[in-house]
Amino acid sequence: MDHFQVFGLPRRLAIDTVELQRKFYELSRLHHPDFHQAASPEEQARTLEASARLNTAYRALRDPIARVEYLVRLEEGRDTKEGATVKPKAPPELLEEMFEIQEALAEAKVGGLDEAGRAALVAPRDRLMVRLEQENARLVGPLTQGWDAAAPAERQRVLAAMKEALATRAYLGTVIDDLNDALGESLEGYVTHRRH
Amino acid sequence: MSRIVGIDLGTTNSLVAYVDEKTGLPRVIPDQEGRVLLPSVVSFTTEGVVVGEAAKRLLVRRPATTVYSVKRLMGRGYEDVKEELCYLPFKVAPCDGIVKIQIGDREVTPPEVSAIVLRSLKERAEAHFREPIEKAVITVPAYFNDSQRQATKDAGRIAGLDVVRIVNEPTAASLAYGLHRLKEGVIAVYDLGGGTFDISILRVKDGVFEVLATNGNTHLGGDDFDRAIVVWLLDDILSEHGVYLGRDTEAMQELRLAAEAAKVRLSAEDRTTLTIPFEEFTYRRAITRAELEGLIEKLVDATLGPCRMAIADAGVAPSDIDEVVLVGGSTRVPLLRRRVQELFAKTPHSQLNPDEVVALGAAVQAHILAGGITSMLLLDVTPLSLGIETLGGIVSVLIPRNTTIPTSAREMFTTSVDGQTIVDLHVVQGERELAKDCRSLARFELSGIDPMPAGMPKIEVTFLIDANGILQAQAKELRTGKATAIEVKPTYGLSETEVERMVEESFAYAEADVEARLLIETRNEADTVITHVERALRQGGELVPVEEREAIREALEELRRARAGDDRGRIRDTTAALNRATEHLADVMMDAALKAALGSKRAAEIMESD
Repeated sequence: MDHFQVFGLPRRLAIDTVELQRKFYELSRLHHPDFHQAASPEEQARTLEASARLNTAYRALRDPIARVEYLVRLEEGRDTKEGATVKPKAPPELLEEMFEIQEALAEAKVGGLDEAGRAALVAPRDRLMVRLEQENARLVGPLTQGWDAAAPAERQRVLAAMKEALATRAYLGTVIDDLNDALGESLEGYVTHRRH
Repeated sequence: MSRIVGIDLGTTNSLVAYVDEKTGLPRVIPDQEGRVLLPSVVSFTTEGVVVGEAAKRLLVRRPATTVYSVKRLMGRGYEDVKEELCYLPFKVAPCDGIVKIQIGDREVTPPEVSAIVLRSLKERAEAHFREPIEKAVITVPAYFNDSQRQATKDAGRIAGLDVVRIVNEPTAASLAYGLHRLKEGVIAVYDLGGGTFDISILRVKDGVFEVLATNGNTHLGGDDFDRAIVVWLLDDILSEHGVYLGRDTEAMQELRLAAEAAKVRLSAEDRTTLTIPFEEFTYRRAITRAELEGLIEKLVDATLGPCRMAIADAGVAPSDIDEVVLVGGSTRVPLLRRRVQELFAKTPHSQLNPDEVVALGAAVQAHILAGGITSMLLLDVTPLSLGIETLGGIVSVLIPRNTTIPTSAREMFTTSVDGQTIVDLHVVQGERELAKDCRSLARFELSGIDPMPAGMPKIEVTFLIDANGILQAQAKELRTGKATAIEVKPTYGLSETEVERMVEESFAYAEADVEARLLIETRNEADTVITHVERALRQGGELVPVEEREAIREALEELRRARAGDDRGRIRDTTAALNRATEHLADVMMDAALKAALGSKRAAEIMESD
């Protein structure tokens, strides 16, 4: 049973999250081990598994980007593990800028951070964050709608576009993390990118 | 279903509670003297084991054999705790991954010490209900890792309790609040106890308590505030009296208790005076709330980072949080309340007694599990990411932190050498990228794999975190469909055989005569009074007439004779008689101390006006 089926949903990306949460609570009441303490050990093992499956499904579907990641995995037949599945890849038009960033990072590592050095890291970081937001917007906007509207023959094309966007997003996340680390502002980066 | 009680096994105090069938409300169970809090202190005396108030009274006189704050050692390795061992008067040594406490020639593990506290609460509940109690829900800090949870479960088993659920303290507190005034919205529970700190962000809706994120520090609490004060006092005593007391375990206990008491008073007052009568001199020191705040500010601020991370992980803005609830005795500190208020831009509240609310919530969860409440459901999360070590020591995360539990993840493994029949896995918990920086949970050995060329076997391992936040694992070879044996070697924990042995030993202890233990407690009480009176006579005996001094000495001798025997009633009565005989002396000494304090104050005022 895939995560969409757990909630009785078709394999579509546009999901009403308020309704999803309501359904999650309703199914939790059905499956949660708390309400099956008096059941036989076999029955308890079954509810434990059902409850775990429900929680994993909810986590994958409630967030629109995690949902795209899951769909890509599912379509490729690799739905065992949660988390990022695509290899980070630099978008070609950013390669030159990436080269400069790596240089600035190397300099910061050797010579420490002065005012100019900080600025050389902050400016690209902020640019990349804007770019990351664009990539996120593309995923939850046009690409999500594109998948839901696509005829079966077009699906592979949309899937490929989603994978590319996810790879770019993963790459941007890593570079932003590196820049934040170098700037000593890694707290927020650690929360937003590394684990999601 | 049989009765299930809720237990808050705290660093400083422990409590037991239940839900009253008639009112549907949770109640804490007092002991026979009406006390609700059981100090989490255990003293190993030559006559036997003493727990609670009686053990607390032995902290100063028997520092080496009286164990307190053992929760800080639960599920921990020597490396984790060695920094703070200098503050503990009892001896802690490394032993097979975990630590053991050395009491004379015997060794006890932290779960065994906790089990003694749990057994006392179990007996308290049994006396209350007049029936055996075999099942309990026990609370732990939300940020406890797998080993710390397992150690708590082991403690329950050793105490003869079936631990039906391990519940997180802040979430338990939210249940207690939920029962009182069910208000929907996003709430933050800030829980600072004696030794641990948790922050949990929950959404409460339609009777479901969904934890969105949790964070914390399992080594930060009121104990650390006390330590900061003690360090400051040591310095002050050195400059005032020229003695360094840091290595005198009895004096250190006196200082710790006095520091704790002063801290508590400074939550209500702006200044207080600390008076500690040592053998050679009486130490007296005024301390203001501002001074205290200077000492503990860094520690209070150390709780704010985890709060910000929890808010970010919950995916909410501070302004989305409708209510902030304070739990734990340490949240009475005014500085802390100010900081929490600044961070959340909201007045935090604590209508329910912060010492009791966790136990009350544990009772509510127990009642849910017993089928007594069906309208409420708690959905908690795992506080730390679970992963396995891969090539190069990098962690591959299988279950991210703040995933709702129960939860599971499947992962495929294979062999790297032809004919290999065993695969080793290293399971870790934590947020760092390298396995060596994370918490090692266990090493799994998958064995009985049919010999095949390298890379051929497909072993699917299912990692499941149950509703207690504890890991279970299953393995299957997919080509043959054969279940693969998993041997789990916990990095920090007791083995199954060790727990079995401790369960048996504790039964032997449980069958020991209750009367014998009462006798020990009465004798200990007598010892405390004897020590106090001896000191009072030395320091203030001159303040009362000779006849009165003689009468006191006679009562003292009478008690010494009674204590040597084993008539508990006689010891109790002569202790009371000695207390009466010294009432006047105590008053006179208090007067003298007050006069001295006022005198020095006047002197200080004169100096200021100069």
